[in-house]
Amino acid sequence: MSIRFDSVTVAYDGNVGSLALDALDLTVEPGEVMALLGPSGSGKTTALRAVAGFVRPVSGRVLLGGRDVTDLPPYRRGIGMVVQQYALFPHLRVDENVAFGLRARRTPRGEIRQRVAEALEMTGMAAYARRYPRELSGGQQQRVAIARALAIRPRVLLLDEPLSALDAQLRSGMLAELARLHRELPDVSMLYVTHDQVEALTLADRIAVMDKARLRACGTPRELYRAPTDAFTASFVGGANLLPVTVGPGGVSFAGAELKVETGDVVAGARATLCVRPHLVGLGAGPNQLVGVVREIQWRGATHRLYVEVDGHAVMADLRELRDPPAHGESVSLHFAAEDAVLLPAGVVGDGR
Amino acid sequence: MAGDPALQAVPTRSAPRNEGPRRWSPQLWAAPPAAALALFFLYPLALVVRQSFQPDSGGTSVRPYADVFASQAFRHALWTTVWLAVASTAGCLVLGFLLALVISFVPFPGAKGVARFIDVYLSFPSFLITLALLFIYGTTGIIGSFQFLTTPWGVLLAEVTYFTPFVMRPLLAAFSQLDTAQLEAASSLGARAPRIVRRVILPEALPALAAGGSLVLVLCLNEFGIVLFTGAKGVTTLPMLVYGKAILESDYPGACVVAVVNVLISVGLYGLYRVVSRRAGA
Repeated sequence: MSIRFDSVTVAYDGNVGSLALDALDLTVEPGEVMALLGPSGSGKTTALRAVAGFVRPVSGRVLLGGRDVTDLPPYRRGIGMVVQQYALFPHLRVDENVAFGLRARRTPRGEIRQRVAEALEMTGMAAYARRYPRELSGGQQQRVAIARALAIRPRVLLLDEPLSALDAQLRSGMLAELARLHRELPDVSMLYVTHDQVEALTLADRIAVMDKARLRACGTPRELYRAPTDAFTASFVGGANLLPVTVGPGGVSFAGAELKVETGDVVAGARATLCVRPHLVGLGAGPNQLVGVVREIQWRGATHRLYVEVDGHAVMADLRELRDPPAHGESVSLHFAAEDAVLLPAGVVGDGR
Repeated sequence: MAGDPALQAVPTRSAPRNEGPRRWSPQLWAAPPAAALALFFLYPLALVVRQSFQPDSGGTSVRPYADVFASQAFRHALWTTVWLAVASTAGCLVLGFLLALVISFVPFPGAKGVARFIDVYLSFPSFLITLALLFIYGTTGIIGSFQFLTTPWGVLLAEVTYFTPFVMRPLLAAFSQLDTAQLEAASSLGARAPRIVRRVILPEALPALAAGGSLVLVLCLNEFGIVLFTGAKGVTTLPMLVYGKAILESDYPGACVVAVVNVLISVGLYGLYRVVSRRAGA
């Protein structure tokens, strides 16, 4: 079932002066996984809660499968929801938790048993049906929460930072689980709220980047990563070097160096931002060379990250582990290929870390 | 039980630190309160118990008990006390649960203020409520035509009015601990408000209800001011009987017997509550 935001505006406490969500227009296609990616306070959770029915938009409409649900209470929307803190019912056993939604819908007993078993099987929790939530680990509790949401066979599944409470190792395992569930349930549309770009890149068919209550960009992970359209998206989806440049004929100039990059239809003489991914920056002489002083070196095991100061700007370079890393204060050359740089028409925001 | 996790959170003294010359200090610290308890509570209680075995005719016997248990007035008072206390507790639980639900979950302006007022209300003397009810429902009150204040129902109304906040206080605390995400999850799973109250909120509130209910039950068994102030002549509870025997009839042994019975019922109910709440695993 498709999810459509039709210029949905949400205000804090009905106060139109401070908007939690500013005229959001977004459509999630049937069977699609859409990630809402943004920092805290960007309005992504508010958007999800508007779909669930826990916040009322001051204007705009929310449509599920073409039907206007803006005025429907949450219990009539038929949506599955999974939240960060699991929100399992502590006094109910795992199977009773999963059966909760079916009981509320007055499903016949025999069918409840069968569907509970099915949902627990799907999330790999069948062996824990008679345990209480407090006897389970965080990852197991989240699986139960997912089973509970899936038992009512929703056609829309909302996930609000579902992996944020888990440790890193569990998280990547659960990420694979969610991807598998998506393959097994091709008709279920998922709206996945996260501040973690890896989760969004891994799982989503499309990513909507949000900042300050507004939608900044929306596209496939590949589009947003390879060809971001603004500085915020570039820095939030993957790390990015954002260099203030002046566009010239057939290239740009940065800190006195002429760089050959695709300028598209940006007119010569305009100021713009050049986005170069740190892992595409090489050490040593080459095309599009920048010379600067090493200010910091971080050894990250498989890679070295260098912070090189070029004309007052920090340029990051992620290099495969160096046998002889340069010393602090040493002067080094960096380079990158012309096709690895993207020219953003907007100005510089922040320092791009 | 609501208070138990807090008790368990208190670190227990580690054994090795108790050895050596400082070993007796914990016992020493316990001595003053124990002495005070003995002097001001246990000793008078013992006197009451001793008096109850000393009839006016002299000597030591169980005569006072036989006399009191045989009297119609005592059996009537015992029954009145128990049913009034149980009915008041039931009323307080139902009313307190509903009011606490509204204050906690129905957003209305001033909900915080109402919750604060509950705290203040707990400090009011019980007869004040009865007095207020007298002004409204009494024979010379605003709505004087109802004559029910001098019946057991008047006492019941006054006790429910006065003791309901004692149930609400722990309930409000329990509700504020409740994870709203659980309520939202239930709601998105298709449950309407009554089902959420029954299946999600009520099970979480049971320890608080048990705590508040047992407190109210014991307080109602021993309530004196409310019964006295309603002026209900036909309503004689155990504390009223103690007062009547001791002050009006000067039958001290009889009064002491009733008092001992009253104490035993209170302690017995409290013990029962502890056993039940431990069984429930709370």
